[in-house]
Amino acid sequence: MNKIIFAEFIGPDTKMFRIDAPLIAAKQKPGQFIILRVSPEGERIPLTIADSDTKEGSITIIAQGIGKTTKELNNLNAGDYIQDLVGPLGKPSHIENFGTAVSIGGGVGTAIAYSTAKGLKHAGNKVISIIGGRSKEYVILEKEMRDIADEVIITTDDGSYGKKGFVTDSLKEIIDSGEKVDFVLAIGPIPMMKAVADVTRPYGIKTVVSLNPIMVDGTGMCGGCRAVVDDKTVFVCVDGPEFDAHKVDFRLLTQRNRIYNDQEKESVENHNCRMLKMADEVANG
Amino acid sequence: MAEITQAQRMKIQRHPMPEQDPKVRARNFKEVNFGYDEKTAIEEANRCIQCPKPNCVKGCPVNVKIPTFIQAIADGAFRDAAQILKQDNALPAVCGRVCPQEVQCEKVCILAKKGKPVAIGNLERFAADWERENIGVHPPHVGKKTGKKVAIVGGGPAGLSCAGDLISMGHDVTVFEALHTIGGVLMYGIPEFRLPKDIVQKEVESLMEAGVVFKPNMVIGLSTTIDELLQEYNAVFVGVGAGLPYFLNIPGENLNGVYSSNEYLTRVNLMKAYTFPSADTPIYDVAEKNVAVFGGGNTAMDAVRTSLRLGAKKAMIMYRRTEEEMPARKEEIHHAKEEGVEFNTLLAPLEFKGDERGKLNAVVLQKCELGEPDASGRRRPVPIDGAIVEIPIDVAVVAIGNGSNPIVSRTTPDLEVNKWGNIIVDETTMKTNKKGVFAGGDIVSGGATVILAMGAGRTAAKSIDEYLKSE
Repeated sequence: MNKIIFAEFIGPDTKMFRIDAPLIAAKQKPGQFIILRVSPEGERIPLTIADSDTKEGSITIIAQGIGKTTKELNNLNAGDYIQDLVGPLGKPSHIENFGTAVSIGGGVGTAIAYSTAKGLKHAGNKVISIIGGRSKEYVILEKEMRDIADEVIITTDDGSYGKKGFVTDSLKEIIDSGEKVDFVLAIGPIPMMKAVADVTRPYGIKTVVSLNPIMVDGTGMCGGCRAVVDDKTVFVCVDGPEFDAHKVDFRLLTQRNRIYNDQEKESVENHNCRMLKMADEVANG
Repeated sequence: MAEITQAQRMKIQRHPMPEQDPKVRARNFKEVNFGYDEKTAIEEANRCIQCPKPNCVKGCPVNVKIPTFIQAIADGAFRDAAQILKQDNALPAVCGRVCPQEVQCEKVCILAKKGKPVAIGNLERFAADWERENIGVHPPHVGKKTGKKVAIVGGGPAGLSCAGDLISMGHDVTVFEALHTIGGVLMYGIPEFRLPKDIVQKEVESLMEAGVVFKPNMVIGLSTTIDELLQEYNAVFVGVGAGLPYFLNIPGENLNGVYSSNEYLTRVNLMKAYTFPSADTPIYDVAEKNVAVFGGGNTAMDAVRTSLRLGAKKAMIMYRRTEEEMPARKEEIHHAKEEGVEFNTLLAPLEFKGDERGKLNAVVLQKCELGEPDASGRRRPVPIDGAIVEIPIDVAVVAIGNGSNPIVSRTTPDLEVNKWGNIIVDETTMKTNKKGVFAGGDIVSGGATVILAMGAGRTAAKSIDEYLKSE
């Protein structure tokens, strides 16, 4: 059991947690993830570590309440406990001084990009951060990115904040402006990562994405998280989670993330029913 | 009780294991076998002729004093029987259920020469169950504390048996487990209907009572490394088990609905997907659907019988060779057939096919015939030219074994492994090339059985004890 030290909503259904986990904090490197369960009957879900604080002995994770587990997680507050927490899992990001690095985060993906962007900055890169969101309230970690990046560009689909458009529009602008981009990190929804890969491919810019498939154990034992990269099957949990964006089979990734769509709906409905029942019980004393 | 003559003993017929009706049990997750009652156990124990030089003890990978515990059952001293078992076996209730006795102790039982061997496994199970149900599992005896500390990496059969022996020898023992529950394959792999999870946890609890410290959610290599453990502990035993599942390497293997047996069984056993949505972890809904399991080992039998219990319309085994060559325990094959599993042999998968959404809907298979024996001594399946069939299926489970997990070796570069990633040890001592590091179980041998892993754990415990004394 790991205690939640701090919890706060930073966007719609998006919550940031600092969790007491000194062993993980001491070991964590950018790009690695944890697996957690919120209850004794809970599912194991992977979440990338956004940050760690070795002094406090804590790690930061950011979750968007989409499935049952993330919704339940987002009901937890400071002082509550996480049932199980294991990590750091996966290979750390490959970080070196590439020159100019563009870090692109879409929605909650910005949380994952943050840790690696910070590492890229420490390694001496010029870091340009693009933060994308559907609208203003989905733009997260702007302040944190401004603290570490040389430049921050905000884009929103509806133009309610920053530039109107997609992250790829801003990326194209940077490339077209003549800035020599040496490295691109793109983390977010699958269509966004695929779009970024399509933009950088003709320029031959090294581009890395972090994959978030369905996992169970997270240590290579089950093979549920398999993806195809460079025409070879990989296990994202032990071979990744970061891969060369130009070689990832995004179509397969989308297909495999849909495996449990029907059950996921049932599970969320079940969760909502229980929440309503609890609300009724509270209301009726 | 009146003395029984040897002649009378020889006349007693082996007592079959009482079990749930196949039609009923094929649709529930309750244990298949009920176990002997006291009267049956005593009668079966009376079949043992107490050989002066018992082969059975040598046939057992952990050398359980089989005639001695059987005599205790015959005398009605069930508590003693359990204690005798536990001197050599940390998990008797588990082994009584999952050991392949037919190729070990029972195979060499003198009675097997003329008839059926003593039902050693059933008696082992009886003694362990009797203790648990009547007086509670007694923790193993703990020797005088030595002040030495041992870290055990992996809470499966190898690690648990190593822990049980080391705690008895007076050492401090800490077990690190990657998953959230202790037990390894006993929890994630072997299904509830063959090995109830409560029983595993009771045996783990008895080790805890004896003083073994368990640390779940620790992936050694990532959470901490072997080298770091060596700074805090006098010795380390690595028993991380089998690792990455093998796939068939045929087209369509990443379609939705194609599972490794590890994933299929972990979802159901460890994560309790069969109670979904009460438990949060889902599994593909197989109600009224066709499931094909590829492989012929115990894991394949577990997976195919699990799919029946999840409601599959048709649960099929697909095997390249014939039933003769299947590595599964005979009892598992027999049980699977009784429950209605369809056995399709001499069929090698060529391709999985799916719909436009990426959902599996068929498998294409090559019909084979048996040719000359291969390296394993089993006759090799040879394709019959042009004999190709397509069978509609909704779920495929690939149960063809595991490779080694790379996490420990990747993070402990000076630990010697072979080209398959298995840790290299001296087989008599389980010592690795790295000072103070021992290893055993599937990470050394490749995929094997629970009891062989436990045997390796015991051998390692003995040599760790010697190492600690000489240190």
